[in-house]
Amino acid sequence: MESVLLRARGVPNSRSIDTYLAAGGWSGFAKALSMTPDAVVQETIESELRGRGGAGFPTGRKWSFVPKDHPGPRYLICNADESEPGTFKDREIIEHDPHMVLEGIAIASYAIRSNTAYIYIRGEFVRWAALLEDAIGEAHRQGWLGRNVKGSGYDLDIWVHRGAGAYICGEETALIESIEGKRGFPRLKPPFPAVVGVFGKPTVVNNVETLACLPHILTKGAKWFASIGRPKNTGTKLYCVSGHVKRPGVYELPMGVTFREIIEGPCGGIREGHTLKAFFPGGSSAPVMRASEVDVRADFDACAEAGTMLGSGGVIVLDDSVDMVETAANLAHFYAHESCGQCTPCREGSDWARDILDRIVAGHGRPADPETLLRICRFASQGMTICPLGDAFSLPISSIVKKFPEEFERHIRAASTVPQKKLPVLPWAGSRPGFGS
Amino acid sequence: MSTKPILSVPTEQLENTTFDATMEERILELLKRYPTTRATLIPVLWLCQERYGWLAPGVIRAVADRLGESPAYVEGVATFYTMFYTKPPAKFVLQACETLSCAVCGGKELLHHLESRLGIKPGEKTPDGVFQLVGVQCLGACGTAPVVQINDDYYENLTIERLDAVLDDLKGRS
Ligand SMILES: Cc1cc2nc3c(=O)[nH]c(=O)nc-3n(C[C@H](O)[C@H](O)[C@H](O)COP(=O)(O)O)c2cc1C
Ligand code: FES
Repeated sequence: MESVLLRARGVPNSRSIDTYLAAGGWSGFAKALSMTPDAVVQETIESELRGRGGAGFPTGRKWSFVPKDHPGPRYLICNADESEPGTFKDREIIEHDPHMVLEGIAIASYAIRSNTAYIYIRGEFVRWAALLEDAIGEAHRQGWLGRNVKGSGYDLDIWVHRGAGAYICGEETALIESIEGKRGFPRLKPPFPAVVGVFGKPTVVNNVETLACLPHILTKGAKWFASIGRPKNTGTKLYCVSGHVKRPGVYELPMGVTFREIIEGPCGGIREGHTLKAFFPGGSSAPVMRASEVDVRADFDACAEAGTMLGSGGVIVLDDSVDMVETAANLAHFYAHESCGQCTPCREGSDWARDILDRIVAGHGRPADPETLLRICRFASQGMTICPLGDAFSLPISSIVKKFPEEFERHIRAASTVPQKKLPVLPWAGSRPGFGS
Repeated sequence: MSTKPILSVPTEQLENTTFDATMEERILELLKRYPTTRATLIPVLWLCQERYGWLAPGVIRAVADRLGESPAYVEGVATFYTMFYTKPPAKFVLQACETLSCAVCGGKELLHHLESRLGIKPGEKTPDGVFQLVGVQCLGACGTAPVVQINDDYYENLTIERLDAVLDDLKGRS
């Protein structure tokens, strides 16, 4: 398959605007400017492009929720927070092809009639924020951004806004709060950002990869895009594979290949001497899959049918050397650290689950622990919290408990019978067993 | 890669921080990007951290004054985000990723090694103030695990030997 989103990888000087223009870059935006904004929305709807940020929401439809008669400004935000564990695709696009991201932002901004766009990039990506700043400078100098772009009468400014270390700011309403200069506390929806977003104005938040598809949809047409992949799951997808494969990395494949094709194809299979035990199909917030589920198709609908999520496309592969209880403990540490603290079920639930899991790993598991974990997860998910972080921590943990009960049993059978001085729900004060010593 | 050390200005010297013309110019430039003053808060905190190495109480007060916020509000925002230092950091902050992909690809061993080589635990600084060890969550580079971010730079696909060489070099230059 011909690369679309990664076509610049390996091309010398790929980040410069001249290289980008020579490869036909910025012509998708030029085409958009010759159309009406509504026609751009229509073309995107017909491409059946779905958001690559995690939820898989149809991009054109999201844009169509922006009120047309709204006076005053609207905003486009490019979500480059890339904070879901197992995800490292947006960085790859920015590293090789920052103009593709800018052109996508320009097309989306024009479609929703916005004159200001922000790129919210995670604070750690200092170098990649600088690459975007450089590309914005080049695009301004060549008239693709700024006032009256290429004589069209359309004005557009793009600003890079750096985050400062918070997973939750990848969630779109927390991101919006963060841009407004506040703590990243998610907002209750509705109202949805398309109606009341940043600075109280209609706002669309799209992921870097979603936006990077747009120049290609405009130049090659919605039909071309829809012909790749499978019905309702169109286009190519960047799969980020990490963990125990021979060749981890970002691979661009048509949507709907199977996880087996990804793992055994470009990734070269599981490392020598080991076999596949489990994998997270779409970042660590997706329910875990057993090795026997490796023939599931890696698209939004097939993953949903299989009881999991394609999410961000971050495939975390674990081989038979891995202890699944330790895995659950490791993830519980992540979510307990990243819960913003607004909602009790998520704030307390993630801490509580982490403490129980640490205790099991440290050799003090109790027979009731798996059931307690499932109960904590039930109370932190399914709409019990303002944002889906409650689900994000519950789904991987509850799925590990359900799919790998024998590993919990093994730990609990081997547990020390020496009574503990502490109540089991209090934090485990010994060394941190899921990680470290 | 030549990672730049963080030079933290001592607390006392930041007691009565005022912004000079260069800072003021950059703040004015930021104010043009957003419809509200408050939206410049995080970018201004970044400017200050780049300039002074950390966000001392005096710096928080100066930012609050300049942007028309209360110091409590500014501190509340600054402490929400893990990358803002409200205590002076060491010259080199070693941010070792502890999340799953790194943990199963040698990250655990790397962190152990850092602890024993430096004789400190995550969260601590070496007595000479050169290194600080921090366990951090996924850095968005899991395909090149294990990863350690040192100040602004990513060090990927690390082995204990490579990391040792990096630390030797940084130590030599500090
Ligand atoms: C806890 C949490 C973290 C998220 N992190 C990210 C992220 O790092 N990057 C991203 O693009 N979307 C992230 N999202 C999804 C965003 O809320 C939003 O749906 C997405 O940016 C929309 O873009 P899309 O329509 O192009 O998919 C996250 C969602 C949640 C609930
Ligand atoms: S798990 Fe370490 S960078 Fe993602």
